[in-house]
Order: sequence, then C-alpha cells, then structure tokens
Amino acid sequence: MIKVENLTKRYAGQPAIKDLSFEVSQGEIMGFLGPNGAGKTTTMRILAGFMPPTSGRATVAGFDVFEQSLQARAHLGYMPENVPLYSDMRVTEYLNYRAALKGVQHRRVAERVGDVEELCGLKEVKKKLIGALSKGYRQRVGLADALLAEPDLLILDEPTIGLDPNQIRQVRELIKNLGRQHTILLSTHILPEVEMTCSRVIIIHKGRIEACDTPDNLLGKIRQAGGVLLEAKVGNDNGAEELKKISGVRDVVTDGEDDWKRFSLWVESGTDVREEVFRLAADRHWTVRELTRRRATLEDVFVELTHPDLV
Amino acid sequence: MRKFYTLLTREVRGYFHSPVAYVVLIFFLIVSGIDFYFQVSFMNQRQVQFTVQEAFFNSFFFWFAFVLIFPLITMRLFAEEFKLGTIEPLTTVPVRDWQVVLSKFFGALVFYLILWIPTLFYFWIFLRITNQPAAHSAGAYFGSYLMLLLLGMFYLSIGCLTSVLTRNQIIAAVISFCAITLLFFLGLVQFILLDVTSATRDLLGYFSAIEHMGTFSRGVIDTRPIVLYLSMTVLMLTLTHQAFQSRKWRL
Repeated sequence: MIKVENLTKRYAGQPAIKDLSFEVSQGEIMGFLGPNGAGKTTTMRILAGFMPPTSGRATVAGFDVFEQSLQARAHLGYMPENVPLYSDMRVTEYLNYRAALKGVQHRRVAERVGDVEELCGLKEVKKKLIGALSKGYRQRVGLADALLAEPDLLILDEPTIGLDPNQIRQVRELIKNLGRQHTILLSTHILPEVEMTCSRVIIIHKGRIEACDTPDNLLGKIRQAGGVLLEAKVGNDNGAEELKKISGVRDVVTDGEDDWKRFSLWVESGTDVREEVFRLAADRHWTVRELTRRRATLEDVFVELTHPDLV
Repeated sequence: MRKFYTLLTREVRGYFHSPVAYVVLIFFLIVSGIDFYFQVSFMNQRQVQFTVQEAFFNSFFFWFAFVLIFPLITMRLFAEEFKLGTIEPLTTVPVRDWQVVLSKFFGALVFYLILWIPTLFYFWIFLRITNQPAAHSAGAYFGSYLMLLLLGMFYLSIGCLTSVLTRNQIIAAVISFCAITLLFFLGLVQFILLDVTSATRDLLGYFSAIEHMGTFSRGVIDTRPIVLYLSMTVLMLTLTHQAFQSRKWRL
C-alpha cells in the first residue's frame, strides 16, 4: 500500500529525514514512533502529497505521491497534526464540503457524512460551529474527515493527542476496528497505544529509521527484555556472582544500601529463569521478598533506541 | 467542475461568515451613497455637460473607496489558510492547484460584484424620483459596469498574488494596497507632465484607470483596455498559481 524508497527531505539544507525506506502492506496498522522533531510529520506530509521529497520516491497504492499526486491523494485519508479546520463552518457543513472535494458521489454524501458522524461520535455536535468545539471533538472531526471517502489508506498524525483517557480508549478501539478494512499509518507518542493497536512499528530518530518490526520482536531485541527482578537478603554471599552462574543470565545489576539487595537480571530473550533463581535462593538460604519478571514495554525500546543515555 | 463549484461556494460563504465582509459592505455603501448624494446635489446647482452616471463613476470619492476595497477583499484569501494551516487538508484532497487559485479569485470577484448591486438601486431611485435616466443610454450603463468588472478582475488578481506570498494578512493587504495605488497613480502622472506631445505621457495614458472609466462610462467601448485588463488578470493569476505551487519546488 505504501512503498518508500530512500526518501530524503531537507529544509534549507538541514535534513529532516534521511534515506528512509519502508513498506506498509495492505491491511496493516503501522505505528510510527519517534521523539519530537524526528521527522514523523515530514514523512507523513510527503506521503499525503502536501510537499515533495528532496530526493527518493514514495508510492501510495502504486501511484507516485509527487508524479501522480492526484491519484495517490484519491486513495488516502489524511488527518494532519493539530487538525486545522475552518472554524466558521458547522460540523455537518464542513464534512459535506470535504466529501464533495474528495469526490464522494453526490447522492452518497449525506449517507457517508451520517456514517462518519455516527462512527466518530459527532452526532450531538453536528450543528455546532467548529470554532466552538473542544479539542477532543475537533480531533474527531479530523478523523471523520479522513474516513469520509472510504480510503484504502489512512494516515493519522497523532490522532489521540489532546484527548482524555476515555476518549483515547474510544479512538483506540475505533482505529482497531478501522484496521479491519483500511491500511493505517499512525504516529503517536503514546506507547501502550501502539502496543495494543499496531501490527508493526517503525521507530524513527533524527530522520533515520532505528527499528522496524512487530512490537513483540522489538521487545525481544532490547536489554530489559524478559528481565527478572529479585529482592532478597543474601547475607555474606556475593549475590550477583551467584546469579550470573545461572544459564541464560547475561548480566546482573545490583543496588540497595542495606541488607536488602535488589538484583536486576538481564536474560536472553525467550528464557524464563525465575525457577532457577528460586532454587538458588532456597539453596543459599536467602530471604526473598520479591521475585518478578519485568516485562519490557515499548517505552523501553523507545528510550533505548532514541536516547541510550537514559537506559 | 463540481469540485471547483464546491470550493467557490465555500469561498463566497467564507466572506459572509466573517465580520470583515459586513464592514466592507457597510463602508462601501456609506461612501458610495455619500458620493451619489454629492454628485446629484452638485448637478442640481448648475448646468453640467455630463450625466449623473458619468459623474458618479469619475468622482474623487469613488476612486478613494475603489482602491481601498481590494486589499480588504483579497488579504485573507491565501494568507489565512497558510496561517491556520487549513492549506494542508485543502491540498491533500484530490483537487488541482489551479482549481484552488481560480476558486479563490472568483470567490473574491463574486463578493466584489455583490458590493456593486446597491449602486444599481441608486440609479433606479434617481429615475423614479426625477423621471430622468441617470445615463443617456444603456451603453453607458453597460460600459461603466463592464469597466468595473475589468478593473475589479485586475486589482483582485493583484490581491490574490500578494496574499499567496505571505501568511500574514496585514502584509498581504499593505503590499496589494501599495501595488494597486501605484498602478492607479501611474495613470495620474500624465496630468503632471505638461508637455502634451511627450510619448511618456501617451504611454502612461494607456494605463490610466480614470481615463478608461471616463470613456466607458460615456458608453464608448474601447477594446484596448479590455485586452489590457484581461491579459494582466491572466498574468497575475498565472503568477499566483506559480507561487502557490512553489511549496513543491522551494527548498
């Protein structure tokens, strides 16, 4: 659905994205992660046909986003960052206008507008001026707009920013459901969202792709993956040395000032060493008050890839 | 065509959704009303060789209001969209750039023409009260309103161009005001040049909006100004289109 090859964009000589290449296939929900200024919006703008790349090529549904911009644009629904809208129009009026611009057949406009208003929960504000809407509703108008022409591809730039937790949950459910019929590329800062909704994730940092994989594989790749945390009184033993002898344990970090020591075990992915740790503790008569497996989150992946000093 | 029509409707409605439209309408109504009143009362006092209609379209008041309205009408066209970021959803739907440019131009033109509707009533009222037509012939009406349309198209296209160059409405308004006033005064220079035979004087005369309006409001339809204003409008709109597209090649 999307094919990006060696995409580069410079602003006044400063590269915003460098040599990006990735593909999104039909039916995928692709998450686009990265710190502010990493180049997410730039990439999405290029894909949506808002501006051309400096070099490289991108196609949407087989159409070049620059050379065959009109056909490419006809296949996508784009929700820009911060959702700029005409504040002097009413919700239904705006959606009717957008539907006509997107070439929705005249007799289907009312039906489509009704559908997306229903889907995005805009029924109760449909006669309001957009300028009078709260951030959450504006966000939903943007999403409704993107869905109007039933595009094959949805490009959503931070669809949940500025929403309250309930709304985030609603939008997440909505995106998940949309993923059944549409291909979706969405950018976000909210990592649990990506873990829950996306089938694949691209992490982009300083204009380069740092990782592109399924959330599970990404979790497996990083240091904390499958880590185990042990808090115990080990007496005079050197706990870390003992723990390192367990097969599968790569490294152990110890902290804690008093008798109680906390050991963070970094283990190979796919192995669970809790049983061995328990046996060791029992053999050595350590007093254990906590033994847990730490599940890494995408947040760890994100931090590790984009800001290694913080790990 | 449907997309163009949708964009055009949105532009025209956009005017009436904003207070600026009403301010311009009222300002224009007052100035043109005062102008008409003065012209009629002036003619009441002495014998004159021209019609009310000629007098109305060639007065100081008329030109004063005339050059002022264009920046007000056109300043928001593109600048506002750039500022609010609405240009992004607008240019990511399957709509061609020239459709956007033309819809904005014609939207402004429609609003401009609406401004002139009340002036038709002035002449009608004049006819009802005095039982004399404001102009001698239908040609004079046709000529002066045709000139209004031609001048309007040219000056609005200048406004379009200045609005597409910036995201600040004030800057757009100031630049288009300067450009339009300069062009307007270019035509006045011929009254300063005393040498009647000078070629410069003749040349500048060709650009004189006042002179053109003078001829047209007498019902004399000269094709030279028609060609001049139409071609200048096309040139300005082409430049606007180029500038609007510049986001695609500018670094």
